[in-house]
Amino acid sequence: MSPSAANLHLRTLTELAQGLAAGEFTARELTESLLARIAAHGEALNAFVTVTADSALEAAAAADRARAAQNPAPLAGLPIVHKDIFCTAGVRTTCGSRMLDNFVSPYDATVVEKLSRAGAIMLGKSNMDEFAMGSSNETSYYGPVRNPWDAARSPGGSSGGSSAAVAARLVPAATGTDTGGSIRQPAALTGTVGLKPTYGRVSRHGMIAFASSLDQAGTITRSAADAALLLGVMAGFDARDSTSVDEPVPDYRAGLDKPLAGLRVGIVRQHFDAGLDAANAARVRAALAVLEADGATLREVDLPHLDLSVPTYYVVAPAECSSNMSRFDGVRFGHRAEGAKDLMELYCRSRGEGFGAEVKRRIMTGTYVLSAGYYDAYYLQAQKVRQLIAADFQAAFADVDVIAGPTAPTPAFLLGDKTDDPITMYLNDIYTIGANLAGLPALSTPCGFVNRLPVGLHLVAAPFREALLLNCAHRYQQHTDWHRQCPEAYS
Amino acid sequence: MSRWETVIGLEIHTQLATRSKIFSGAATAYGAAPNTQACLVDLGYPGVLPVLNGEAVRMACKFGLAVNATIAARSVFARKNYFYPDLPKGYQISQYELPIVVRGELTIAGDDGTARRIGITRAHLEEDAGKSIHEGLERCSGIDLNRAGTPLLEIVSEPDLRSAQEAVAYMRSIHSIVRYLEISDGNMQEGSFRCDANVSVRPRGQQALGTRTELKNLNSFRFVEKAINFEIERQIELLEDGGEVIQETRLYDADLDQTRAMRSKEEANDYRYFPDPDLLPVEIDAAFIDAVRRSLPELPHAKQQRFVTQYGLREEDAAVLTASRALADYFEALALATACDARQAANWVMGELSGSLNRDGLDIRDTRVPAAALGALLNRLHDGTISGKIAKDVFEAMWSGEGSADEIIEARGLKQITDASAIDDIVDAVIAANPVQVADYRAGKDKILGYLVGQVMKESRGKANPAQVNESLKRRLK
Repeated sequence: MSPSAANLHLRTLTELAQGLAAGEFTARELTESLLARIAAHGEALNAFVTVTADSALEAAAAADRARAAQNPAPLAGLPIVHKDIFCTAGVRTTCGSRMLDNFVSPYDATVVEKLSRAGAIMLGKSNMDEFAMGSSNETSYYGPVRNPWDAARSPGGSSGGSSAAVAARLVPAATGTDTGGSIRQPAALTGTVGLKPTYGRVSRHGMIAFASSLDQAGTITRSAADAALLLGVMAGFDARDSTSVDEPVPDYRAGLDKPLAGLRVGIVRQHFDAGLDAANAARVRAALAVLEADGATLREVDLPHLDLSVPTYYVVAPAECSSNMSRFDGVRFGHRAEGAKDLMELYCRSRGEGFGAEVKRRIMTGTYVLSAGYYDAYYLQAQKVRQLIAADFQAAFADVDVIAGPTAPTPAFLLGDKTDDPITMYLNDIYTIGANLAGLPALSTPCGFVNRLPVGLHLVAAPFREALLLNCAHRYQQHTDWHRQCPEAYS
Repeated sequence: MSRWETVIGLEIHTQLATRSKIFSGAATAYGAAPNTQACLVDLGYPGVLPVLNGEAVRMACKFGLAVNATIAARSVFARKNYFYPDLPKGYQISQYELPIVVRGELTIAGDDGTARRIGITRAHLEEDAGKSIHEGLERCSGIDLNRAGTPLLEIVSEPDLRSAQEAVAYMRSIHSIVRYLEISDGNMQEGSFRCDANVSVRPRGQQALGTRTELKNLNSFRFVEKAINFEIERQIELLEDGGEVIQETRLYDADLDQTRAMRSKEEANDYRYFPDPDLLPVEIDAAFIDAVRRSLPELPHAKQQRFVTQYGLREEDAAVLTASRALADYFEALALATACDARQAANWVMGELSGSLNRDGLDIRDTRVPAAALGALLNRLHDGTISGKIAKDVFEAMWSGEGSADEIIEARGLKQITDASAIDDIVDAVIAANPVQVADYRAGKDKILGYLVGQVMKESRGKANPAQVNESLKRRLK
């Protein structure tokens, strides 16, 4: 390896793109160095379900040939990891579940296809909460992921493998999915940048559904500029997803450097109440001051129904989940119980054995809220509250451009700390869920440390204003270096 | 008159004749090897999503307009959740609270011959399920998902039908409409057109409906009639014996000609319907509806009325001829191709042609004698080249593929003898050969003339012009 290729793992995706373009190192060198890091640290962190070393090296060689032929794709040679919820042709896609332990998808998800076509190289599939149901990565059939900042703690979830891998500098970027905060909360807990785009901005085709009206694919990176680079490739209408929106994809990198003069930043009063850790609150307030110093003006906004977002979410999401999980019946693919004597036994045992406790809990909750006699009181009522929450945001965005606040109430918690108390676990998503219910783009960027653990600043914007969010986060990152901090054990 | 009144509502499932499925690109053709027409969407694979086939929406609108229904500006697909091996996703995508077609109506001929208006509550789009296969398999069942995802239009009537005969008349009328609209092939053997019947009885004069049962698996007009009649009798017998009708689903067994309980209301699934978050609401504007309206063909009822006024047909004959669009088209082509009277043309279509089609089990579209060919035959009848009896023989020959009417008439020498001297020669020969009968006739037994005419026709092998034979005999026997 050339001397210039040392410490490649510390570079951001954007920096790696520049290095590859300048010929400082080859895609093969980059891929080999990261595969070596994954081999060294992957197991301890448990961030990967599958590592695709052979195909990655082949793809890297192909990227180098394309570059030599003066014909590189936009992301040629750049490494990425996909959350194991994205279907990958010929590579096992488990969704963190025993149910899909043996499942090899015959096709690529649109996100995977777009990134591959753009030249990105898949190094593997990242660990996750089972079917994305969890906030700690502890519901995975493959065991919990460890937080690179403190191995006793959770990296957040459900995209915990992606956040840990990016934080530990095993890979510069990863895909994730966010149904109630599953990209942003793990990003906050690992000191990485998590972007959840507007609902419909990125195709859900090939992304195994948890709660279809809330699920959205996004990225976990180490800078806002990296997120902008990837989103430009991932976003866009897809005829295979009826809920994807036919809206032009801007160049998300074009306006990153624009100063925040005139930007109206909304602060939600309810965000700083008793539920928020005091030290965490201080870090967020300091971050707001940085935005102000760059020209933004702060003003208070009211989201009166925000306190209803968690209960609303835990009706809507399980309802959709209970139906989405029905296809896992042991008949055509996935786990199938052996020796079942009849159809009912095949169903009961295949699903009983294939699903973990949290998935079962949500299937039962969802089945209950959709049942005759309860539908109106729960599901219908939740849909109405969802409309109110969306209307709150809409009203707020008449006065402000961005709403800023904490991503999560506390820094990373200890593994095992909340597993017996689902309600406390659910409350971890209290600040992030609103954006899912309203379909809004949102982002978490590192904004400091509490007890040597990272905390995140959460930014939300009106639909399709990802460019504004990225601009805001990028400016913040120009004035701070929290996103540059690397856990000691992984520097 | 029975003291019981029957109340029937029908749910008709008709497969729409789209080339691809309602939510995937897989083909819908019938009869392919199992699971060769099922893509990942039909198989319910992880991560795949439904995408609505616009053609199915257009077809549903066509139907709605044909029955004077309202086309909903906004309709919503919902998930109907239940587990079954032939239902890959564990839910069926259907429409529930907001269907695409609402409040239509249809007029049928009631049992007493008067026009009866039957309300159509709604028609909604949904996907068909696959099929479980048990035959030829031991200790296991097979699943064929070729049918999974085929578009269905479920047409729900009001409980306006009062007898099994009315139910069949209504079903035939719907069948005829979907075929006219070319939105379904209506093939009942292949399951493209199926029906469930909700049947109840109540004392005549009572307003409240009796407890109903739902009859399933009615895949022919005959079975609909038989199953409903069996069920009416069963319910009346039960009530008259002081019993109660249980609300339940009953399966019709054609072999035993009876219905039997499948599952009761208590065992019924809670389908947990909710709007499908994978699909956007279907929004239809006035411009689209107008375009569909302009594309509508003439419908059976309108065509029937036109046949009566334009061709002078009897109401019943017009009804027979317009039952299918292809048959009506055939008749009109024939009427155009022949100089014959339209009523005579109609008789040929309903008589010789339909008889031959039935005998050989053929559809009108597969007729062996096209309208133009039959027209040419009728013209020979009309211009006196052949007699009616000979014409039927020629038709048979045409049906057997022996050629055109003129070719057959020529080849078989069937041309009618109209040469007066040739006829006189045969008449003279017959008079000479039948002295007894001739004497009787001359003694006043007029009826004998028929016998003598028959003898002449026989001698001429049917070719002599019967009117001329008659005239010649009378003249010579005077």
